[in-house]
Amino acid sequence: MKKKIATVSLAGCFGCHMSLLDIDERILDLLKVAEFDKTPLNDLKKFTTRCDIGLVEGGCCNEENVHTLQEFRKNCDVLVAVGACAIMGGLPVMRNAIMNAVDPLRECLEEAYMNSSSVYNSTNDIPNDPALPLILDKVYNCSEVVKIDYQIPGCPPSGDTLWQTLNALIRGVPADLPYELIRYD
Amino acid sequence: MSKSITFKIDGATVTARAGQTIMDAADETGIYIPRLCDVEGLEPQGSCRVCTVKVNGRPAAACTQPAAQGIVVENDTLEILNYRRDLIRMLFQEGNHLCSICEASGRCELQAMAYRLAIVEPAKYPYLQPVRPIDASHPDILLDKNRCIRCGRCIRASRQIDGKNVFGYIGRGINKRVGVDGKNLADTNVDVNDRAVSPGTCPVGCIIRRGLGFYQPIGQRKYDNAPIGSEIENTRSGRGKQ
Repeated sequence: MKKKIATVSLAGCFGCHMSLLDIDERILDLLKVAEFDKTPLNDLKKFTTRCDIGLVEGGCCNEENVHTLQEFRKNCDVLVAVGACAIMGGLPVMRNAIMNAVDPLRECLEEAYMNSSSVYNSTNDIPNDPALPLILDKVYNCSEVVKIDYQIPGCPPSGDTLWQTLNALIRGVPADLPYELIRYD
Repeated sequence: MSKSITFKIDGATVTARAGQTIMDAADETGIYIPRLCDVEGLEPQGSCRVCTVKVNGRPAAACTQPAAQGIVVENDTLEILNYRRDLIRMLFQEGNHLCSICEASGRCELQAMAYRLAIVEPAKYPYLQPVRPIDASHPDILLDKNRCIRCGRCIRASRQIDGKNVFGYIGRGINKRVGVDGKNLADTNVDVNDRAVSPGTCPVGCIIRRGLGFYQPIGQRKYDNAPIGSEIENTRSGRGKQ
């Protein structure tokens, strides 16, 4: 029986998904032993079945990210945090450290939409359309929100790293990555 | 002529001169004991504890523990490996170590140690995400204390080699940090040629030479192809590799 894989990009840049495509023609070998369920790669919006492996790119910066991550935890046997953002917040987490601010989130939004010299915003509004997911007080990494089983470090992890780890996960053996494939950048 | 001492590290016989530390003797034999706060040319201070080994069954810092006749040292065991992994994880989690945007990535000893120890498991501890200031006052040197691991190498280099007191510890416990002798770095008598601010002194990306940027391409950086410590294992007698 083929393993079911689901993937998602939360507060990430899709770089990890691009890296997943860097396994190139090996994706054909992957599809012999696994198939993709909900993932941006096939544009399935909802889980059609319970999945064996869930790959999560990015941390949580808004409420929609949290709901999606919780849905993944519910529907996946093994949840893997892929890349620096999912593991420790990555670049988005830099907003947690805005210095000397009484209200860091407000300062962040005001800089982005009102005060920055390159911004033209005649009404001085910060976007708050009800369709926009509510932004969180700070950026959370995946393990702060749900239980994470494995992580694949890298920004992004290379195609080879993802290939080896996925293969090991599918076969149920330790990944034992060689030195060249463990990278944090 | 001082008397020579022999002892064992993981079963291999190591010869030391009187007064040498376990780490000095191991280095000369080609056995690498991981370390962060110790660097050649500075007095060891034994604060990072990454070089912890077991001497006759008791933990000791190899960089400060003198070699002694007949001692049995454990270095490369699973127990000590896991202990060192925990130490490195804690250093990552108590600061703000964003490798993706750090100029030191690829030549950072903290990162290289994590690579060498193959740390890929999920975080065991929460990220503290401290708010620490960046000191950009000096025209040639930038201090990003988010990345400081308080190894004290800049402090010792400034005192022991430059004969200055540019850096020093402030506070105690979790609040301990490295401060400068003035209201900011530009206010001190630091010189860009000081050993304290030279490449190789700061093991991470806290003391950054401005204007250099990401000067080495990915693939050619110090630890891209060879693990930290391989220079000791390869260029000396290399017994540690066996």
